[in-house]
Amino acid sequence: MKALNRSFLVILVISIALLITINRLNASQGFSGDNTLTVYNWGDYIDQDVIKQFEEETGITVIYETFDSNEAMMTKIQQGGTTYDIAVPSEYTIEKMVEEDLLYELDHSKIPNLQYIDERFLNLPFDEGNRYSIPYFWGTVGIIFNPELLPEGMEITGWHDLWDPRLENQILLVDGAREIMGMGLNSLGYSLNDTNPEHLYETLDHLEKLTPNIRAIVGDENKMLMVGNEAMVAVGWSGDAADIMWENEAMDYVVPEEGSNLWFDNFVIPKTAKNIEGAHEFINFMLDPEISAQNTEYVSYSTPNKEALKYMPEEMVNDERFYPDAALTDKLEVYENLGKENLAFYNELFLQFKMYRK
Amino acid sequence: MQNKTFRHLFMLPYALWIILFVIAPILLVVYFSFFDIHGNFSLTNYKNFFTATYLQMTLNSFWYAFLITVISLLVAYPTAYILTRTRHKQLWLLLIIVPSWINLLLKAYAFIGIFGTHGAANQFLEWVGIGSRQLLFTDFSFVFVAVYIFIPFMILPIFNALDKLNPSLLYAASDLGASKWTTFRRVIFPLTLDGVKSGCQVVFIPALSLFMLTRLIAGNRVITLGTAIEQQFLVTQNWGMGATIAVFLIIIMVGFMALTSIRRRGV
Repeated sequence: MKALNRSFLVILVISIALLITINRLNASQGFSGDNTLTVYNWGDYIDQDVIKQFEEETGITVIYETFDSNEAMMTKIQQGGTTYDIAVPSEYTIEKMVEEDLLYELDHSKIPNLQYIDERFLNLPFDEGNRYSIPYFWGTVGIIFNPELLPEGMEITGWHDLWDPRLENQILLVDGAREIMGMGLNSLGYSLNDTNPEHLYETLDHLEKLTPNIRAIVGDENKMLMVGNEAMVAVGWSGDAADIMWENEAMDYVVPEEGSNLWFDNFVIPKTAKNIEGAHEFINFMLDPEISAQNTEYVSYSTPNKEALKYMPEEMVNDERFYPDAALTDKLEVYENLGKENLAFYNELFLQFKMYRK
Repeated sequence: MQNKTFRHLFMLPYALWIILFVIAPILLVVYFSFFDIHGNFSLTNYKNFFTATYLQMTLNSFWYAFLITVISLLVAYPTAYILTRTRHKQLWLLLIIVPSWINLLLKAYAFIGIFGTHGAANQFLEWVGIGSRQLLFTDFSFVFVAVYIFIPFMILPIFNALDKLNPSLLYAASDLGASKWTTFRRVIFPLTLDGVKSGCQVVFIPALSLFMLTRLIAGNRVITLGTAIEQQFLVTQNWGMGATIAVFLIIIMVGFMALTSIRRRGV
């Protein structure tokens, strides 16, 4: 018993010593109080060099964490116990977060660089007056394909081409209920925010007919698979397309002529924030045209910052696939927050679609 | 007297652990399963579970977990047997266990490369003249990778059971004229059954709720209850339905444990 007590004491002493050491270390690196900023962003969605510049300029230490879906991000913020100062949700999630009172209102006087954002991307229905959010990147959902691998004489211009029997077992879909149900709805000529059960069941039927052409329904791996020519065609986000085209020059991307999704990822300050001042500073820094241009070149999604375009290579800015003209943008729709019940229904149908076998 | 208080004191961490991390979560799961998507108390989730989609999914999960367990067992038993006969058995055992120290996702990603259209497996098939075929995103690759991942957990308990086997029993069997096969069937296998049972538990139960592999290796062509739970919690945020599926998973697991429970008997 004595030996046990002694070892107990020793462990206690060591633990306390470690605790003190950690505190000291943190203090010496500025990891305490308001000198840190926790940024919660999508994976691989910022140029790390930009963060370094921000740290050097402001003396704030950035702690960077990533998520891979809006829902996972929102769940974590909702549950508390986190200290995220900045998060980057998509538009329909912002509506939900505002409803649930998870966001702080932004102080525009602390974000003078807001003037550089293109007016087309301000004051949108999901956050009128940009009270809670500032656009970070925008993009589309479309079809990524390798023209060299396609069967003779085949061209891809829209969703309907995916149902072509020549593409048997050649399509990778992205694992997202909104994206795939939206694709089905658009290809039938409905809005991708349609909630009419009849239309949705019709979409499910239509999607099930696509099953023979589907090789897999995957997440971020689609980039790696497409670069390796694992399939001819993939449905995914424009930014992924840009990454894939960067790695494999033969690839091409098209925004489907039937219409598709236009999305925005936006900076917000969640109620978990501890360093609101720093968060504003960070947003303002990221909107600086030169910084934004550098970041956009790295991330390769489309930037809403019109001044930044001037600092970017011309072939990037003039690429209609990533900066489509007004005629095409008009056909694109932004996801609306459909409410929990409809979202559950979408997911239920998507699950049924995934379970369907030829 | 003092000893007794001490013993109680040392029990405290264990008791706290069990209450906080085993009993409380199970109770919470059961509690949440009675709330519908609007947070009202109802049995809708249970009603929804008994629809074609979820029953089919339960069957699928069951079937794949069963396949994975049986194949693991078929590979693991002879391996464990041979291991006990080798000279440096601890070293060989270590070599088999080492892969389980590597992160699961890393191994899954490696298999995407190996099974890909232009991957090593297909180059081999090409070389032996069978010709390349689609391996990734098939039932075959899913079961193969799952077996690969679970096999150390099946070998370990069987190896321990075989290793503990008293060799004099085998000598007795052969003295009494039993053939090799009879010895195996009547002596070795019954005496190592406990190892087989715990091996099956350790493989079957996690195999029932695999979800990362279903996406990475099977490309969501295999949908198990694990996938559905993940989707209900993270995407739909219908915690009630997610919890309900989890309740059924727990029931299946308890049933399986009861079926393979180890009864103590003297040797």
